[in-house]
Amino acid sequence: MTNKKFILGVFEDEEVLLHAIENIRAAGTKIYEVFTPFPVHGIDDVLGIKRSRLPIAAFLYGCCGLAFALWMQIYMMGYDWPMIIGGKPHVALPSFIPVSFELTVFCTAHGMVLTFLIVCGLYPRLKVPVLDVRSTDDKFVMAIEVKEGVTDITKVNDLLRSNGAVEVNQKEVEE
Amino acid sequence: MQHVSPIREPLVTGGKTYHDITEDVSRQVEAKPNIRWAIALAVALFFLGIFIYSVYRTLWYGIGEWGLNKTVGWAWDITNFVWWVGIGHAGTLISAILLLFRQKWRSSINRAAEAMTIFAVICAAMFPVLHMGRPWLAYWVLPLPNTFGSLWVNFNSPLLWDVFAISTYFTVSLVFWYLGLVPDFATIRDRATGPIARRAYALLSLGWKGSAKHWSRYETVSLILAGVSTPLVLSVHTIVSMDFATAVIPGWHTTIFPPYFVAGAIFSGFAMVLTLMIITRDVFRLKDYITLEHIESMNKVIILTGSIVGVAYITEFFIAWYSGVEYEQYAFINRATGPYWWAYWSMMTCNVITPQLFWIRKIRRSIVATFIITIFVNIGMWFERFVIIVTSLHRDYLPSSWVMFSPSSIDIGIYVGTLGLFFTLFLLFAKYFPVVNMFEVKTILKSSSGVPHSLDPEKSMHATTPVTHQNKHHD
Repeated sequence: MTNKKFILGVFEDEEVLLHAIENIRAAGTKIYEVFTPFPVHGIDDVLGIKRSRLPIAAFLYGCCGLAFALWMQIYMMGYDWPMIIGGKPHVALPSFIPVSFELTVFCTAHGMVLTFLIVCGLYPRLKVPVLDVRSTDDKFVMAIEVKEGVTDITKVNDLLRSNGAVEVNQKEVEE
Repeated sequence: MQHVSPIREPLVTGGKTYHDITEDVSRQVEAKPNIRWAIALAVALFFLGIFIYSVYRTLWYGIGEWGLNKTVGWAWDITNFVWWVGIGHAGTLISAILLLFRQKWRSSINRAAEAMTIFAVICAAMFPVLHMGRPWLAYWVLPLPNTFGSLWVNFNSPLLWDVFAISTYFTVSLVFWYLGLVPDFATIRDRATGPIARRAYALLSLGWKGSAKHWSRYETVSLILAGVSTPLVLSVHTIVSMDFATAVIPGWHTTIFPPYFVAGAIFSGFAMVLTLMIITRDVFRLKDYITLEHIESMNKVIILTGSIVGVAYITEFFIAWYSGVEYEQYAFINRATGPYWWAYWSMMTCNVITPQLFWIRKIRRSIVATFIITIFVNIGMWFERFVIIVTSLHRDYLPSSWVMFSPSSIDIGIYVGTLGLFFTLFLLFAKYFPVVNMFEVKTILKSSSGVPHSLDPEKSMHATTPVTHQNKHHD
């Protein structure tokens, strides 16, 4: 059990927050995480968050779903137990389109969502280490990690205050 | 930095702040259930009881409890199935297609509309499953190796396509809806005071903290989900319509069915969303979030889809005549003038004439008129499915097998019972889940709310500083 210490800057407006992020990063201070009650446009750019690769994952899941669906139908209808139904050929590709499409969507959606939950570390749990509960309501919270002997707490406090934080708090979290 | 458009009407009225949104939406989740809600739930549970009794009779004595006969082998069951699936479509349309089109007005209604989708699909699924007669063998529709050897399901059959379409549609909609709920559950969790509520919403919120990185990924995921759900929702009703269109029954064997059914689905779905939202906004005091502007926008969709449906009815008649196929011509003349003329003309009145009233701005913006017309549309769409199914089957190629269909009390019981099931689920949802998507309404608050909330001068000074080096840290 290691304890992590954070300085939390609380902001009331997302535009103020965006400027603050820019200025604080320009001042050479590392931002641990920013918590917002809703997705803020432009925050990816100022925080330097790289574009997510989830679309690529989704595409690959979709390809797997399509390949599986086509293999399944062609194998089952065409090779394992061929029967003539409605005068159609054994491998009747046009009538395989609906199931292939549905399985493509199924695999894309569920594969991508599962990946999203895993990479974000989201799973049902009772205790959530939220740094400031108001960040899910109407406040924008910037967390800066305090490293013993490295971080100058007063300097970070001043930096946050001068960039529009309405409150600056400290919090320790068990990891 | 609040912007008030001189042209567009605001989507959120009453000069709300971010905190007001949280308060207004969380209020009914946190408050004790009110008496009106309890009475509504009691009524819904009564109808759910009828459903359970009717299902028990169906399973214990068999499908003979239904009014089906040798000619009309599908009647109320498939009518109700298609009707419920259609109702479900508006939710996905609002959450997926309108998201792709960047329609901001969807934000305050998408949550409830998606919930409606989920519950409507659950109700819909009851009918094919019960029609199997032995639902405990429902897994036979899945391509599983079975005890008869490697005999597989028939992938050429539209009924099997339905299995894949409906189950994909249901699970994808459920995931899409749940993912949207996660951040709002987190909001409620962080406000919760009681130990049960705190634990329950903690489990539901999956540990969501609202970090910028998670939001960024979340937006990517919801955009892709919308992208795959859009063709999905169109495919589902297309496939449902193929259950009919691939048959050779006069009145069913029509290439117009897929687009016509999809338009009808959106039409009935929006009608149901409106019916529910008009009640919800009143009961839960959400008039600042679900405004007349929202109702008017939905009414415009109803005019469009209602007109498409009307054109489809006329086209069917025209094609029956133009094809020169006498069986086809007879099927349509029989619909309009035969023994089921009353069903046909109810459908025409409810679906073709009533929605046209929405061209009048006063009616489009009237809550009472909208409520009445949407009820008419729901009834009309039920009759549409009934007309297509029963009038096409009751007189087919062989006059010796011509019969009439009348539903048994169990048929009626299952139908009103699914209404009970639907409203039970919807009422529980409305009480325990946030009915308005809080975080999404917060994102549109600044660009489309009514009265700007005051910002203190210091903050507005920061806010108006021009953004420089926007992409400085972006690599």
